[in-house]
Amino acid sequence: MIGQSSFRRWMWVLFFLMPGLLGLLTFIIGPVIFSLGLTTFEWNLLTPPKFIGFQNFVDLGNDPRFWAALQHTLTYAVLYVPAVFVVAFALALLLNRPLRGRAFFRMAFYVPVVSSWVAVSMMWRWIFNPQYGLLNTLLATVGIQGPAWLFDPNTALYAVVIASVWKDAGFSTVLFLAGLQGIPTEYHEAAQIDGANGWQRLRFITLPLVTPTAFFVLITTLIGSFQVFDQMYLMPVDYAQRGTTVIVQHIVNNAFRYQRMGYAATISWVLFAIIFVITLIQLRLQNRWVYYEQ
Amino acid sequence: MFRKMLGLGLVIALLLGLIPAAQAQEGPVVLRYANFTAGEDRAEELDQIIAAFEAENPNIQIEPYNMPFGDYFTMLQADFAGGEPPDVFELNYENFVAFAANDVLLDLSEYVSADAPYYPQALAAFQYQDKQFALPETFSTVVLFYNKDLFDQAGVAYPTDDWTWADALEAAKAIRALGPDIWGIYSPIQFWEFYKRAAQNNCQFFNEDKTESLINAPECVEALQVMVSLLEEDVMPDPAEQAGVSNSEMFVAGQLGMDLTGIWMMPAYQEAEFNWDIALEPGLARKAYHFFSNGIAVSTTTEHPAEAAAWAQFMTSSQTAVEVRLAADWELPTLNDMSLFESYLALTPPDNREAVFQSLEAPVPPPTIAKQSEMQDIFDELLNAVIAGELDPETALNMAKEQIDPLLAQ
Repeated sequence: MIGQSSFRRWMWVLFFLMPGLLGLLTFIIGPVIFSLGLTTFEWNLLTPPKFIGFQNFVDLGNDPRFWAALQHTLTYAVLYVPAVFVVAFALALLLNRPLRGRAFFRMAFYVPVVSSWVAVSMMWRWIFNPQYGLLNTLLATVGIQGPAWLFDPNTALYAVVIASVWKDAGFSTVLFLAGLQGIPTEYHEAAQIDGANGWQRLRFITLPLVTPTAFFVLITTLIGSFQVFDQMYLMPVDYAQRGTTVIVQHIVNNAFRYQRMGYAATISWVLFAIIFVITLIQLRLQNRWVYYEQ
Repeated sequence: MFRKMLGLGLVIALLLGLIPAAQAQEGPVVLRYANFTAGEDRAEELDQIIAAFEAENPNIQIEPYNMPFGDYFTMLQADFAGGEPPDVFELNYENFVAFAANDVLLDLSEYVSADAPYYPQALAAFQYQDKQFALPETFSTVVLFYNKDLFDQAGVAYPTDDWTWADALEAAKAIRALGPDIWGIYSPIQFWEFYKRAAQNNCQFFNEDKTESLINAPECVEALQVMVSLLEEDVMPDPAEQAGVSNSEMFVAGQLGMDLTGIWMMPAYQEAEFNWDIALEPGLARKAYHFFSNGIAVSTTTEHPAEAAAWAQFMTSSQTAVEVRLAADWELPTLNDMSLFESYLALTPPDNREAVFQSLEAPVPPPTIAKQSEMQDIFDELLNAVIAGELDPETALNMAKEQIDPLLAQ
């Protein structure tokens, strides 16, 4: 390469990147740009697209189903994110202790993460079954008449949150665990010599030093919760779906059931904007609570 | 070095360009036939019909694309969007209007022979603005399946052809009284049942030119009230009481006195260990029965319209197609000649198999608009709120009109 002009070098770089770049352009960047253009069109796939300006955005404002979907998505995020956060951190603290069979437990909590949502949904549908399910049978033994869970639009969302936390917490646990293990033991030893008790060490050493990991977990789970789809689609029975339809489901319905491709693209971009703004706010707020070691 | 690479790239590009040229060759006309009713289960039967057609028409080759129903319309639309729709393809009646309204179907009027033995009402169902945009392929209907043993235990007379829903409710109450796990009747509260109950009560979904919905008229509200009364009287399980056990499972288990469902359940109900039969569905102000139908259409872009129409006609009305279908119990052809159906009628149970064809005396096809799925979803959502007791029938139907009228304007 020595002696070659930088133009030639770059041509070589481009040449070897070509297979990856072509895929990226064709299947990611191209469709993204295309979908942005689609937001100004009406297109039913059967006939050529028709330009309609910003009508799709006007329709979105007047679409009660979109607002209901947004509300379900927000409810899901508000319940799911803190729950994953707390469960994952608690599990990470436990698994960071020198307990017997630690390797087994670490694996066990990660198994749900790599399981398919279809299989997991089948299992939870059985657990939540109001007539012969495990959960309501257990509740009945202590004299509680359990709700209809996935068969009731008012409780289906909560059931899905419970199953989602169970399935996803393992992933954040691993992240927290890595964060905890990155804390130098000297800090704890020094604090112990200075007479700090367990709670004080957790509060003043562990928590501040694990904030960068916590920040990462917060952002990724928030984004994930806005993109939730599989479990919402798979778990509640049709009858209860009107209490659980989320934004991504509304996109799928409009694109593939109602043949409104332009409108579906519009919702997708609005969802992107929502996630973008929330992430931006997170980034702004991080210097108030995230502590980076120099 | 870079020049060498460029040269090599050019050679590869040229070679790739040669492939289509090498494939284009003289030969028989190849027609792509997309369908959702063959699937894996009936692929062999479809191949038999194709073989018979190709034997009669050696210059035509049919290339079947058997797709699952769940993905069918997504794939079909993708084919249209990509500019390469199949030459011939199946459409169910509910989706037919959306396709016909978008000018993508070939008018088959000039290709259909005048003496084609189609059931006239079925042929009419696949006309749009006086053009024959598809040929009726098969039909299906809904009848009242009933457990004779439970009727005997409850001491109620079997359903008759002139039953109304009031009679059905009385019988259901008597059967429900047999035990906590025995339910009187199942008739789902959803769009597919409602459109028909509405017709039974002379309720019109739309005005003549389909610019306005009339769905909140008193006769419509009354029809919905009759459906909901089955829940109110506790003769039908609600979704939570059913807990994921389907009505068919309940019927086969002997826990359901009457099950209002499609004739496609007959093969599955053969395993029931009690006596059962079918009857025409009860009526309200008048009788009206389900008419589900699949048709076969040809795309306007096909290069071989005559051959495509010939295949559509063969698949829907040939002697071979009828024989293969009846032998395999694979949906009934929409043909107006009872002698063709003798082998089908001879099968028991049910004894009263004639009811299937009697239902063709007052068929109601589902109401269709270009925005079909949206309309159905609006209905199902509101009807679910009615089941939950959150909306009364009148409010629900007022809301339905409010939401459906804008769909008609578009």
